[in-house]
Amino acid sequence: MDWIMQAVLSFLAAIGFGIIFNAPRKMLFYCGFVGSAGWMVYSLFETISEDAVQASFLGAFVVALFAHLFAKRFKTPMIIFSVAGIIPLVPGGTAYNAMRHFVENDNLTAISYATKAFMVSGAIAMGLVFAEVFIQLIFRSRFKKRKVRQL
Amino acid sequence: MTDKELAIDCCLLAGRLMMEAGAETYRVEDTMERMAKTQELTAVESFVTPTGIILSPGSPHHTKLIRIKNRSTDLEKIALVNSVSRKLSEGEYTLDEAYERLIAIKNANVMFPFWLQLLAASVASGCFLILYSGMWSDIVTAFVAGGAGYLTVTAVHELTKVKFFAEFLAALTVALVAFFAVQTNLGTELDKIIIGGVMPLVPGLLITNAVRDLMAGHFMSGLSKGAEAFLTAFAIGAGVALVLSF
Repeated sequence: MDWIMQAVLSFLAAIGFGIIFNAPRKMLFYCGFVGSAGWMVYSLFETISEDAVQASFLGAFVVALFAHLFAKRFKTPMIIFSVAGIIPLVPGGTAYNAMRHFVENDNLTAISYATKAFMVSGAIAMGLVFAEVFIQLIFRSRFKKRKVRQL
Repeated sequence: MTDKELAIDCCLLAGRLMMEAGAETYRVEDTMERMAKTQELTAVESFVTPTGIILSPGSPHHTKLIRIKNRSTDLEKIALVNSVSRKLSEGEYTLDEAYERLIAIKNANVMFPFWLQLLAASVASGCFLILYSGMWSDIVTAFVAGGAGYLTVTAVHELTKVKFFAEFLAALTVALVAFFAVQTNLGTELDKIIIGGVMPLVPGLLITNAVRDLMAGHFMSGLSKGAEAFLTAFAIGAGVALVLSF
């Protein structure tokens, strides 16, 4: 039950961001789908491994993977789908906690939160990169095969 | 105006529209060069940064430079310009038609109405409260806080051109709404409400674009977009911190 609710809420949140960033109207549903898929993978993996860094990596990877697939399918730029999907993974809570402890002069705790936020941002970036490389490799090998067959 | 000059103007206009709408740098360069090559400008070279575009069409034409003054996020505009360039390359549009279409896109206002954006920001804030395991009783407060923050950021952007000030004030508004709600027992968890309310201000497009530009080898654009994202995040943090420090 909790999982269904999370899926619905992340879907709504991603559509909300699609509207804020003015995504094309017909693509809003797919933006929501990408956001929901990314969040569910992140959330599932975080409960299993209790490591936000790995979970963020996988979440960003899934977001970028679906974004690339939709981009190929609809012949539109890929960022239309990925932007809304990435936002739930952004370490807003961790960054907030870091800021809060800095303000309270508890610098040691603050630095550990800030490091974690930094690691999560890096993991998101790596997830995006890996998905891009992955897609390129797959489509290139398919393209090559087709060329060989034609010859 | 000769055909070639129109082609150069067409490329520049497409590049400018995409850059102003927040496209990735490498996509802008790619689009402009592809458009130029279909118009038989084979020696074209372009250099795109977030603040300006240089396009050199090769001799005997002059190199042109245009400045990009304001950048916003408008994904639909990126998609529209992209489809014009695709149709021009496939020969579906003539050069004149493509130029007319680009002018039409430039003048069109394809944004969602403001009330819908405001509603979307508020709903997203409410959703994030629950996603970050907040309490259901706080959802109305997060809804209001997120909406107030988004309203502030849009209004201040209209009033002043100073960057990062709008985000600072908006984060301050979110934190104040959350603070007073908790004081008057309308909300319980201050942290969760603020995190949810601040989410619509997060520079998501800048972060993704910075990463993708760095990956594509556009270090100047990647670093400057990264700096913009970092400063925006810092402004949000400072706005929240100001309220928390009392």
